[in-house]
Amino acid sequence: MNPVAEPPRRPSYEIRPKTDEAGGESIGELLEISMGPHHPSTHGVFRMDVVLDGEKVVKLKPVFGYLHRNHEKIGENISYLASMPYTDRLDYFCSMTNNWAYALSVEKLAGLAVPERAEYIRVIMAELTRLQNHTCLIGFFAQDMGALGTPMMYAFREREKILDLFESVSGARMMCNYMRFGGVRCDVTAEWLAQAKQLTDGYGKFLDEFEALLAQNEIILARTQGIGVLPRELAISAAITGPMLRASGVDYDLRKVDKYGIYSRFDFKVPLGAQGDVYDRYMIRVLEMRECVKILQAALRDIPSGPVMDPKAKLRGLRPKAGEAYGRVEAPKGELGFYLISDGSTNPYRYRVRPPSFINLTILEDMCLGHRIADAVVILGSVDIVLGEVDR
Amino acid sequence: MIDEGLRNELQKQGVYTTTLEELYNWGRANSVWPLTFGLACCAIEMMAASMARFDLARFGAEVFRPSPRQADLMIVAGTVTKKMAPLVVRLYNQMPEPKYVIAMGACAISGGPFKQGYNVLKGIDRYLPVDVAIPGCPPRPEALIHAIMTLQEKIRHQKLTGPDRPRHLNAAVPGEFPVPAYGEHDLEPPNNPAVWQPPVIKR
Amino acid sequence: METPEQIKARLEAAVPEIRVEVLPNDCPAGERSLLVDIAHVFAAAKFLRDDPQLRLDYCSNVSGVDWPDLEIATKTKVKKVVDGVEKEVEEVMKTLRPGFLEAVYHLYSMELKQGPVVLRQRTANRDPEAPAVSLTPLWRGAELQEREVYDLYGIRLEGHPDLRRILMWDGFKGFPMRKDYVAPDDFEYEPTPHDEVLELAKKHYPPEVKA
Repeated sequence: MNPVAEPPRRPSYEIRPKTDEAGGESIGELLEISMGPHHPSTHGVFRMDVVLDGEKVVKLKPVFGYLHRNHEKIGENISYLASMPYTDRLDYFCSMTNNWAYALSVEKLAGLAVPERAEYIRVIMAELTRLQNHTCLIGFFAQDMGALGTPMMYAFREREKILDLFESVSGARMMCNYMRFGGVRCDVTAEWLAQAKQLTDGYGKFLDEFEALLAQNEIILARTQGIGVLPRELAISAAITGPMLRASGVDYDLRKVDKYGIYSRFDFKVPLGAQGDVYDRYMIRVLEMRECVKILQAALRDIPSGPVMDPKAKLRGLRPKAGEAYGRVEAPKGELGFYLISDGSTNPYRYRVRPPSFINLTILEDMCLGHRIADAVVILGSVDIVLGEVDR
Repeated sequence: MIDEGLRNELQKQGVYTTTLEELYNWGRANSVWPLTFGLACCAIEMMAASMARFDLARFGAEVFRPSPRQADLMIVAGTVTKKMAPLVVRLYNQMPEPKYVIAMGACAISGGPFKQGYNVLKGIDRYLPVDVAIPGCPPRPEALIHAIMTLQEKIRHQKLTGPDRPRHLNAAVPGEFPVPAYGEHDLEPPNNPAVWQPPVIKR
Repeated sequence: METPEQIKARLEAAVPEIRVEVLPNDCPAGERSLLVDIAHVFAAAKFLRDDPQLRLDYCSNVSGVDWPDLEIATKTKVKKVVDGVEKEVEEVMKTLRPGFLEAVYHLYSMELKQGPVVLRQRTANRDPEAPAVSLTPLWRGAELQEREVYDLYGIRLEGHPDLRRILMWDGFKGFPMRKDYVAPDDFEYEPTPHDEVLELAKKHYPPEVKA
């Protein structure tokens, strides 16, 4: 092979002297490595520069930007409706909730109303999204701890059933592009509702199976309890949202606080954790899935008939009045918000995405300090990041 | 070469005849080991393709190796940003020959929906030779399976001698490509002229 | 939840010499924001966070916005002498509103479940690395978002513990999200170019492309 001359670069690891508290003489060695953007964990192109003392993490600096696709700049150059497919690609697991967050923000900006059937459909889609996101997360989580493949097989098996529903209603498995400003793209049929009901009724049994498979497992209990504790005050100050915040004991779920959509009509609990460790975050998500099933059963039972979109609503040439609005929803990962500034034209003046995964990574270092490097992977898995959202 | 009719007759009697080339390529084609290289949304469809419903394992591509030193195939699934591009090329250089690249999804082929970007590389084929390109955003898992089958066809029909023999048997053709560096506004060089030429528009 | 005017009054009472302005917002469901001058924005934010009635302990969103120089044309009626007769003539007066960058903070309260209060701070001009004040010491959640604001807009937020580029690579020059940023020209195949893409195409393929 012809070797190619590359400019000399620093080696992929670096050894530094470890100094004592006063910073004086060297008492050992610290190893700095980059858990680089390409690694076996399935979270995407995310890099952590860790400094290790033996196996313990002394310093951890995350490096972002490997998937920065300038979504916000594109949003300024295209119209409001044309940005809707781009929101699918933010958190590419949960395209329906991304769409809803954006539609909510534009409806707030332009003052549009949503028919009742569309609200029910939105809730059903959002809760199905939450189900498949948490299911996959638990699959990835077990894989990060070494259970290569099998829990993911179970998780993806259930996810495929939900994706079948999404595909039959919107045409695409993942990038649904389904919500519109003032409703949804098209109606769901009675067969679809029957299939969704069948899936929801059978989901409790799958959750029992999944939970029994993993929650009483000694290895998972040993590797997750007491690891990566996030104290309550730090969680609030660091703007953590979603299941990670609730695992630390803060009762803040946007479905109950903002009561957007028609969530005030549903009776569901918000599970809270006591310790704020990795095990709590994992159990919160399992409990949330059970609450999702409850909401879905109620929504599928009570969905009224009617239109799903105002026929006179203007989508393509939407020109909201000059002003600004910030709309947010409880996405499976946390609070997803869109901040839009309109200057009266067809394109937004400023289009900003408030990404939950990005902000939840603020305290990654705080949670990992003092733990071993294998725990750092588990803690990162419990934060539940998706790089499309972190880097936008 | 043996006449096909004679070959079939012999096969019915349990006698198999083949050439060394066919045997070699058959072994290579049916055990392509991909590198776990998901960048963005297409990675999820790649994972779904290796899961229970769209099983990729039956095509030989079961073991997704995390280390490039042990992989044959790099499925570039997702948008390649300029910040990530030097790492993609470096990983490719670390893979041993014979190695193949599948550009999965619109973003890896040409930048995709994020083409108007200051940080998006308009296609991984600017720096690496791509064997199979899968259009779609994201392509369905069946499309990925079709791409693996196409790659297998390509491998099966490779001639082992002569001027167009594969790279690992041809010392004159480079198998490693220069890694771009981060410039002040763009990567330097913005593309690799040996691999990619801007297409000429004739009207 | 108090109205922005009430909050403004209490801020003016609590922080001496502060200049607060409530900005209008025509959108039906949007919130009106409080614009605070840079010298006092930290004290104002501390008051908003610690005040027992507001307790805005959750900084949900930090975004940067770029407002370039804007020429505002206003038509005024002026008395002028035309052909010997005094008439009222419409004249167009052009004023230049100088450009600035701003950082917008959406603040909520997790304790009292209220919000949002929108806080804005504006830089004096659009120089590269124009200074402003970082609110990270008050809300840890602003840390990564303020780094992003610095990276993409070039607002140097003083007081931030670790202000460096986050999404672009370290040697990158320029601030991409500004309105006057020009992306590098790495043109590739467009089947039907038109408008500015056609201009780019002509530059890359001079003889073959026909308009």
